[in-house]
Amino acid sequence: MITHSQPEFVVERDQDLCLRCKVCVNQCAYDTHSYDPEEDVIVNKDENCVNCQRCVTFCPSKAIEIKQNPSKFKENFHWTQEAVSGIKLQSETGGIILTGMGCNKPEFTYWDRLLLNASQVTNPSIDPLREPMELITYLGSKPNKLKFENSDISLETKFSPQIRLETPILFSAISYGAVSFNVHQSLARAANEVGTLFNTGEGGLDRRLYKHGKNAIVQVASGRFGVKPDYLNAGAAIEIKIGQGAKPGIGGHLPGEKVEQDISKTRMIPVGTDALSPAPQHDIYSIEDLRQLIFALKEATDYTKPVSVKIAAVHNSAAISSGMVRAGADIIALDGVRGSTGAAPRIIRDNVGIPIELAIASVDQRLRDEGIRNKASIIVGGGIRSSADVTKAIALGADAVYIATAALVSIGCTICQKCYTGKCPWGIATTDPYLVKRINPDIATRRLVNLLRGWNNEIKEIMGGMGINAIESVRGNRLSLRGVGLSERELKVLGIKLAGE
Amino acid sequence: MGLSWNNNRYGEDKVSDACGLFGMMDTSGKRFSAKDPVKAMINMHDRGNGLGAGFAVYGIYPEYKQYYALHIMYMDKIAKANTEQFLNDHFKVVFEEEIPTREANVWNPPILWRYFVEPKKPSISTISLDDYVVDQVMRINTETGKSFVFSSGKDMGVFKGVGYPEDIADFFRLDEYEGHLWTCHSRFPTNTPGWWGGAHPFNILDWTVVHNGELSSYGINKRYLEMFGYKCTMQTDTEVMAYTFDLLMRKQKLPIELVSKVLAPPLWIEIEEMPSKKRETYESLRQCYGSLLMNGPFAVIVAHKGEMIGLSDRIKLRPFTAGVKGDILYLSSEQAAIRAVSPNLDKVWNPKGGEPVVGRLKEILFEEMAVKKVATTI
Repeated sequence: MITHSQPEFVVERDQDLCLRCKVCVNQCAYDTHSYDPEEDVIVNKDENCVNCQRCVTFCPSKAIEIKQNPSKFKENFHWTQEAVSGIKLQSETGGIILTGMGCNKPEFTYWDRLLLNASQVTNPSIDPLREPMELITYLGSKPNKLKFENSDISLETKFSPQIRLETPILFSAISYGAVSFNVHQSLARAANEVGTLFNTGEGGLDRRLYKHGKNAIVQVASGRFGVKPDYLNAGAAIEIKIGQGAKPGIGGHLPGEKVEQDISKTRMIPVGTDALSPAPQHDIYSIEDLRQLIFALKEATDYTKPVSVKIAAVHNSAAISSGMVRAGADIIALDGVRGSTGAAPRIIRDNVGIPIELAIASVDQRLRDEGIRNKASIIVGGGIRSSADVTKAIALGADAVYIATAALVSIGCTICQKCYTGKCPWGIATTDPYLVKRINPDIATRRLVNLLRGWNNEIKEIMGGMGINAIESVRGNRLSLRGVGLSERELKVLGIKLAGE
Repeated sequence: MGLSWNNNRYGEDKVSDACGLFGMMDTSGKRFSAKDPVKAMINMHDRGNGLGAGFAVYGIYPEYKQYYALHIMYMDKIAKANTEQFLNDHFKVVFEEEIPTREANVWNPPILWRYFVEPKKPSISTISLDDYVVDQVMRINTETGKSFVFSSGKDMGVFKGVGYPEDIADFFRLDEYEGHLWTCHSRFPTNTPGWWGGAHPFNILDWTVVHNGELSSYGINKRYLEMFGYKCTMQTDTEVMAYTFDLLMRKQKLPIELVSKVLAPPLWIEIEEMPSKKRETYESLRQCYGSLLMNGPFAVIVAHKGEMIGLSDRIKLRPFTAGVKGDILYLSSEQAAIRAVSPNLDKVWNPKGGEPVVGRLKEILFEEMAVKKVATTI
C-alpha cells in the first residue's frame, strides 16, 4: 500500500554551511538525517522529522532549518490538514491516533482573556525589591476556627497535617518510566532546592530518590505501580490519581520496551512487561469507595500526611469535588483540558474535559457555597505557561498550581508531541540508555530552579503592583481580575467582571 | 438628585474612601461632652470632603441601659410605618422618639427616629438575644430598601450623615450628650455620592467601626466572610472589617491580641524567629485565617462595651497615632488632632503596624475579674 500521507515537515540544509560533522545524524532519534559517504553529503528523510529542533539547536554551523511542509492539501476550514491526514493515517493502519503533551487547539484558553489589577492613588503599590513579599503557602485541611486556652494563648485546636511551600508552584505528576531517572532526579532536586514538591506520578519512586521524599507527593494510581508502605511513608503527601486532563477516563500503557531493570524494580513488575494502568481504579466505583481508599492511606501513614485526590476537570467537577472533600480529601487536584501526557489518543486529548480556568472558578465557588472550602486545598494544573497564568489561577481560587509541560520545556522539551514514541531526542520522555544521557541532572536542576525563581520574582512584581504583600490575599480574590471578550455567561461562571466595569 | 438610598450607584467592586479617625476614651468611666472630639475632627478637616461624617458615643442612655437602642433612618413615611409594624412584631418597644436635631449645614437629612426595645424572641428559638437582634437588623436593612438601622447597641448610639463632622455634631445636637467613649470619623469617598447610611461609624449591636483604608484583599475577605453567612451588602472595606471583628471576637471569642494578628500578621520571617509555642500560635493563625488578612492600607478604631481598640495594617500604610493623658486614651489619624485637645500628654506614640492599642474601662475590668473569680471557685 502506497502511503497517501505527506511529511509534516521538510528539512532544509544549506549545503554551503554544512560541515558534514554528522552532529545532526547522531542527535536525531528518528533517523531523519543520514550521511552519504560517496557523495559526501548529508541527506534527509523528511517523513521521519518531528520538528523537535534538536538538530537545529546542535548544528555548529547553523546550516539546518525545519519548515512546515509547504505542500498541503487544498485549504479547507472544515476539512483541516489535521483531519484529512488523520483519516489517511488511520485508513492505512486501522489504529487509534496517538499523541503526546497537552491539547493544542486554540479555543480553550481563557488565561489570555483575563487581566490583573494594580493599585493607583487610593492605595499604594509595593516595591518587591525593597519590601517583603510573601509566597509561602500551606497545603492541607484547615479548621473553620481556632480555639485557644485563655491562660497563655496556647492552641487547643488540632490541625490536620500541613505542607509548607515556599512558592505556590509544584511540579506535576510525571512518572518514572515515562521519563528517565535523570529527569525524576532533577525534578526532585529542584523541588528540594526551591522548597516545593514534585509529584512521582504513577510509576513509583526509585529507591535512590527516597532521600528527596520530603519534597515528593507520592501517587497512587489505578495500576498501583510501586505502591508499598515504604513508598507511602517516604512522601510528604499522597495523591490518589483518578484522572488526568489529557485523557479523562482513560488508562495508561507504558510499553514493555521502556521497562528496564531500575524501572522494573521501582514499578514492581518484571523487566520488559507492559505496564497497564486500568481506566478506573478498580476499588473505586463510587464516592464511598474513594473514602475507604483515602482512609486506608491515612491509616497506612498514621494520619501524618495530607491525602490529595486528583481528577481531570470534567463537566460536573464542582459536585465531584464537593464529594471528594466530604470523603476526606485534604487536597483537591484539578487537571484541565490542556493537561499534558506522555501518550494519549488524540481524539480524547482534544475533545474531552473542560478548561481549567472554568473548573477552578466553579469548584472554588461550590466549596464556598457549601462552607467547606477551608477543608481542602486546591491545586490546579493543565497548560500553565507563565507566572501570569499562575497568579490568575490563584486569584480565581486555587491554593497552588501544578506545572509539568513548563518544567520539561525548561530542560529541553520543545513540545513536538511525540513522547509516545519513547525516542525523545532531548532525553526526557525516553528510557533508551543512549538518549537518557542527554539530560545532565546538575544542569537540568539548575534550569528548573531558575525557572521557579524567575516566576516567583514575577509573581512578586504582580502582587506588589496590586498592593498586596502576601499570596493569601490574592487567593480567591476575583476582584483582582477582569475579563475581555467574554460572554455574560462566561463571566458569571468565572465570577469576574468585564474590564471597564 | 434626591436622597440616594444606594451606597454604590455605579456598581463598583466596592466603595473606596480615605478618612480621618479619632477616638477618645476615659478609662475611669467618667463621661465627657462632644467638645473635644469635635474640636479634634475640625483639626483634621482636610481628611474629609464633606460627603460623610459620624460619631459613636458610649454610655449615653443610662436610663435605658438594659434595652437595645435602635437608631433608624427612613426614606419616607411609608417605610417608617412598615418598619414600625415589623418592630412591633419582633420587639417590645419601651420608648420611641424622633432623634433630636437642629438646623445645620448638612445635606438632605432623612427621617431619623430612635426606639428602645426588648426582643420578642420566640421561645423555641435557640439563638442568643444578640443574634436575634442582628437577624432582625439585617432583615430591615436588606429587605425593606427604604429603612436603615444605623445603631443597635445598648447604652450607646451612632450619629452619622452627610456633612463635615462639626456640622453632623451640630445637626444631631451632640453637645447635649455625654459619654465615656467617643469614636469619630470624617470621610473622603472617591467614587460614591454621600449617603447617610454609608457614613461611618458602622455598627451592629454595640460594636462600631471607624476605618480609613482601601483593602487590596477585599475580594477574598468578602468571599471568606460569605462562607460564614455574612452578606456584604454595603460593599465597603469597613463593612468587611466590622464583620471580621464580629466573627472573630464576638462569635469565635478570640482575644484582640490574636485578632489583630489575623488582620495584620507578622511576616513569616518574624514568625520563624519566635519561640516554639508562640510560633505555633502565629503559624496557625495565618494558616487558618489567611483569607482575613487585611492586605493594603488601613487604620481602624473598633469599639464595643467598655473597650476601644486601634489597629493599623502590617506595613503601616495609613497614619495612626496614640496618646495618653491621665485616664484618657486618644487614638487619631494625626497627632496634631490629639494635641489640639490635650497639649500636655503623658505619653504619645506611633503604634507599629499590626500592634493593637487597647483601652479598657477599669470598672468593667473589675466586673470581669469578679466573674472569673466566681467561675474558678465553682
